[in-house]
Amino acid sequence: MTTETMVRPAVADSGAKRSELLAQRVRAARWFLVPMLVALAIVAGWPLLRSIWFSFTDASLNDLYGAEFIGFDNYLRWQTLESGRTIYRGLLVDDAWWNAVWNTVRFAVISVSIEAVLGIIVALVLNAEFKGRGLVRAAILIPWAIPTIVSARMWGWMLNDQFGIINDIMLRLGLISQKIAWTASTDTAMTAVLIVDIWKTTPFMALLVLAGLQMIPKDIYEAADIDGVHPVKQFFRITLPLVRPALMVAIIFRVLDALRIFDLIYVLTPNSPATETMSVLARENLFDFDNFAYGSAQSTLLFFIIALFTIVYIWLGRVNFDGGDR
Amino acid sequence: MAKIELKDIRKSFGAVEVIKGVSLDIRSGEFMVFVGPSGCGKSTLLRLISGLEDITAGEMSFDGQVVNALTPSKRGIAMVFQSYALYPHMTVYENMAFGLTLEKGKPKEEIKKRVHRAAEMLQISDYLDRLPKQLSGGQRQRVAIGRAITRDPRVFLFDEPLSNLDAALRVATRIEIAKLHESMRDTTMVYVTHDQVEAMTLADRICVLRDGLVEQVGTPMELYEKPDSMFVAGFIGSPKMNFISGKLAEGFNAPTVGVRGEHLVIKPSDGVWSGEVIHSENLGSDSYIYVNVGSEEPVVVREDGATKHAVGEHVEIAPIDGRVHRFDKAGKPIR
Repeated sequence: MTTETMVRPAVADSGAKRSELLAQRVRAARWFLVPMLVALAIVAGWPLLRSIWFSFTDASLNDLYGAEFIGFDNYLRWQTLESGRTIYRGLLVDDAWWNAVWNTVRFAVISVSIEAVLGIIVALVLNAEFKGRGLVRAAILIPWAIPTIVSARMWGWMLNDQFGIINDIMLRLGLISQKIAWTASTDTAMTAVLIVDIWKTTPFMALLVLAGLQMIPKDIYEAADIDGVHPVKQFFRITLPLVRPALMVAIIFRVLDALRIFDLIYVLTPNSPATETMSVLARENLFDFDNFAYGSAQSTLLFFIIALFTIVYIWLGRVNFDGGDR
Repeated sequence: MAKIELKDIRKSFGAVEVIKGVSLDIRSGEFMVFVGPSGCGKSTLLRLISGLEDITAGEMSFDGQVVNALTPSKRGIAMVFQSYALYPHMTVYENMAFGLTLEKGKPKEEIKKRVHRAAEMLQISDYLDRLPKQLSGGQRQRVAIGRAITRDPRVFLFDEPLSNLDAALRVATRIEIAKLHESMRDTTMVYVTHDQVEAMTLADRICVLRDGLVEQVGTPMELYEKPDSMFVAGFIGSPKMNFISGKLAEGFNAPTVGVRGEHLVIKPSDGVWSGEVIHSENLGSDSYIYVNVGSEEPVVVREDGATKHAVGEHVEIAPIDGRVHRFDKAGKPIR
């Protein structure tokens, strides 16, 4: 008993001091977080909540504040006719919407896959030592540095069916027998958009992968040489696993971007059902067709689809944003 | 089991010649240590033997077979790197087995046996499932050594394997490596270090390098007792050999004489040199007394136990008979 009473105050004392220090750290951390949380709440949280709210109303551009709550009607409503037939309406049964979802997902999967492969190849090249590497590294960034509107216009001209250089070159090489309306034809519009997006964002992918590559110590490749590991095996067994964390982060950045794609398609292939994505369609409804509530519902669904993608990706890929792998 | 012969080996990086014509025979099963100051080319020479660098000129052969154009894996070597160079994403077991699993037709059982044997030798059997980052520096270095053992090499190469370890661990691992050499008598080992203590304690023979050339090759005691130059005399042995030149060396009929601290005694009178004690270091087992006798650097005298000589005291010192090294103007010994 005596020892207990002797010891206890000392322990309690040191415990109190430690928690005092901890509390101070937590307080400091909170203060540092406040500006960001406030900014996020204003520029992201509030608009998001407003959009979600509008999606449950009958809001129109003329009367945003007089909007009334109509429940899930924008998403799905049904009406049973006197004949006994039930008619479903709303976003969830809208073919145009599902076409846009399909376009977006297809675009995201194809463009990001190709960008990832090309990005790795470019990064491997840039990681090798050769004369003029600095210049090439800078030059490869140019597509990424050009504003999307500018590059979309530029490619629009190059892909032009009458005067475009791409048709001209392909004709001269004998690859095609007649000029193709790349951006206007529904068969080729998606290809055109993919080409431009891949051209534009491969450098971004390459740079993130390159950063990952440069983190890999050179000496383990020497160890692999001594182990007699073939260079191709070195890539798949050493380089790829070690660059994987960087690659996963690069891919998720690109997937999020690709699922939201708007500007490139809006400029390069306006009004083409073959390339109309969720963002393009939502904007159309919000502002062009005066279906503000319906557009809000689309925006809300777009948000949840992207969130779902991200969660599934992180879960499947076990992406560790704290850095490192396993 | 391999005898390594180097014939006039040269290596240039661009316009800079780093290895300037090295000829050296490394005997089969021998523990050869390359030692020298930084920039002397010792690591480059090791990398030439490993095949990680191309030989610019000259001929290298293992057991009579010219290996100039052979890749590292075809030379039958294993190498332990200063930085361990473990594969960070593989477990200890995978690190050790990786090279073997890629060899065609190697049965899994055989690989497992080899890895476990090596792991037992180095007492890392408990860590086989761990990743390198979960190990301490000393454990990582053991894994690196284990990976090399698993390859069952003809030639075992070490590139400053102890430099990244703390002092206590360095001594312990040094002993491990010495034991390893005992248990792998057939394997030729080549070891690079800048630490002359490692060289003296591990080597069958030491090769002292300087500016891309061999300065002297010999057993540790040969280098200690009969250095071929002032450079070797100064590099081998701790504390560094005292060099006394000019007037103070006249009595020995040489431009410069060298005497090791352990071969000097402090006398009450009739010393060869005399001066004031300017500093003393007491290590418990012995002490180093720095005496200013008028030479460029103070002369270091080693005494057993704690010293009785205080700073400021005037002392007379003399070399033990026959323990004086005489050097000519070019730094070569006069014998």
